[in-house]
Amino acid sequence: MENNSMKVRIFRAKAVNGLMTGVFYLIGGSFLLLIFVLAGYIIIKGIAGYYPGIMAFNQSGIGNQLFNTIYLVVLSLLISVPIGVLAGIYMAEYAGDNKLTAFIRVCIEALSSLPSIVVGLFGYLVFILMTGARWNLMAGALAVSILSLPSITTTTEDAMRSLPKNYLSGSMALGATHWVSIVKVLLPACLPRIITGVILAAGRGFGEAAALLYTAGQSTHLNWSNWNLVSPNCPLNPFRPGETLALHIWVMRTEGSLNPNSAAIANFSAAVLVVIVLCFSLLARIITEQIHRQSTGAGARS
Amino acid sequence: MKDKIRKEYLGRGIVTFCGAFIIILTAAIGIFLLVQGTGTFTKFHHTLAEFLFSSRWAPQDNATTGGGSVGAAVYICGSLMTCGLALLFVTPFALGAAVFMTEIAPKAGRSIFQPAVEIFVGIPSVVYGWIGLTVLVPFIRDTFHATMGGYSVLAASIVLAVMMFPTITTVAADAIRSVPSAYRGAAYGIGSTRWQVIYRIVIPAAKSGIYTGIILGLARAFGEALAVAMVIGKTRAFPKDILSPTNNLTAAIASDMGNSASGGEQNMALWSMALLLFLISMFFILLIHLISAKGKQENGK
Repeated sequence: MENNSMKVRIFRAKAVNGLMTGVFYLIGGSFLLLIFVLAGYIIIKGIAGYYPGIMAFNQSGIGNQLFNTIYLVVLSLLISVPIGVLAGIYMAEYAGDNKLTAFIRVCIEALSSLPSIVVGLFGYLVFILMTGARWNLMAGALAVSILSLPSITTTTEDAMRSLPKNYLSGSMALGATHWVSIVKVLLPACLPRIITGVILAAGRGFGEAAALLYTAGQSTHLNWSNWNLVSPNCPLNPFRPGETLALHIWVMRTEGSLNPNSAAIANFSAAVLVVIVLCFSLLARIITEQIHRQSTGAGARS
Repeated sequence: MKDKIRKEYLGRGIVTFCGAFIIILTAAIGIFLLVQGTGTFTKFHHTLAEFLFSSRWAPQDNATTGGGSVGAAVYICGSLMTCGLALLFVTPFALGAAVFMTEIAPKAGRSIFQPAVEIFVGIPSVVYGWIGLTVLVPFIRDTFHATMGGYSVLAASIVLAVMMFPTITTVAADAIRSVPSAYRGAAYGIGSTRWQVIYRIVIPAAKSGIYTGIILGLARAFGEALAVAMVIGKTRAFPKDILSPTNNLTAAIASDMGNSASGGEQNMALWSMALLLFLISMFFILLIHLISAKGKQENGK
């Protein structure tokens, strides 16, 4: 009797185990299916949306928006990378184990969890309303750099902390100061990881839209023969309105009636954005694997 | 030598300033939002209770006169409903995927699932909204014969659920991976099946990390603006069921902020909503800290 009930328990446990394993395989499989269908759908729809002239650098194509996106991300990285990396160095090398450091950590966390629309409104208030400017690319770039600052800081700090302690002690034993050791030894050693972090931040910047709604503006008029930097339609003027690709999708939805090709444009823009972001994350992955191979010594013989 | 010392202090000074800059920036965002967001209550003398619980939204849109009403309950309710529903949809799947990629197929988890999750994260939120608009909305319209042509709480929740998925899965998977393998070994050693190990040992041990993941996902969903705005229907009314349209905090800010007169009652009310979003995200951070402190305490026992 006792023996029998034990058998039943074991049978039941095995049955439940088998069932749950099946359920997990189902979830895992449908998860993979979902992402492939989603990515495939975006790209196929985008290719289907292609028509001659869609890449044109004028009002009917998306060339201007693509240029604005890249320009804005570059501008934002020019701001967020120096500040983020330096702040990361501070957190890893100089910050003491005290209340202030803990508070900076809370601030980084707070910044990274801020809704992007809130950051966009802050940018609107400070960079547009308070300066009395019109929508401009620079305001957008500043808003995006607020969004990418926390991740760059954290990546830098993690990268520096993961270096072996004897990098620093070795350098200092040779007579270098702490700062010289950081610049000449520690920073070069963790550069690949920092670059990976920057690439990922850039990828996120490409897709950002809510923060740019009221900073970079929802329109763009460029004159590609005008290279006067202060003119409002000079492509390189950072203080001109500059609608990005992600925002263009949003605008195409609301102003669909004005443009007969709006659905095709939005489909194509979505595909371009996703492909760009995929390339960036692929690049980051390749660099990460390279670092991994170097640090574990695999492939050192070749 | 002197030069070296000067460089040392200069370098140290610069990086310290950059560290301090993060505090300044966070404080600036908080203070500016606080100043702008409280205008509804100080300049136009509305009560907090009206803002939070009244559904009468009829603010005046000019810089001087007040006297309208600023009840944002519909928007707040819209945010809560869509995020709550999205959480219900996504949690079982996200946890299932996290368990699958760590406990059941760890090799495939690293080589296939991790990149797949990264693709999920990488897809811009506007693109999610656009897919919701072109696929989900017509689908809901045709299958459920929804009144407002498919723009609905359901559509918004599904879009949010998909967006929360990678966040919850990644954080939960990290938490599960960091459970010491001796726990599993001990449980297998006394004859547990894999499901028993997962359900009774691994998940309880990774509990605080899993909660953190869920809250981070929720924070992302709460702050999502454009993707939700595309599919929610932007109708200022409480939804009758999950197939009716409504509106939420972020969508209302995104669509109305640009059209409102700066400093006017409507403008101020929108800023109050932004302040509310800010406070909610701070609340989530606090919650995560409390959970991780509690988790540490339990593990320390």
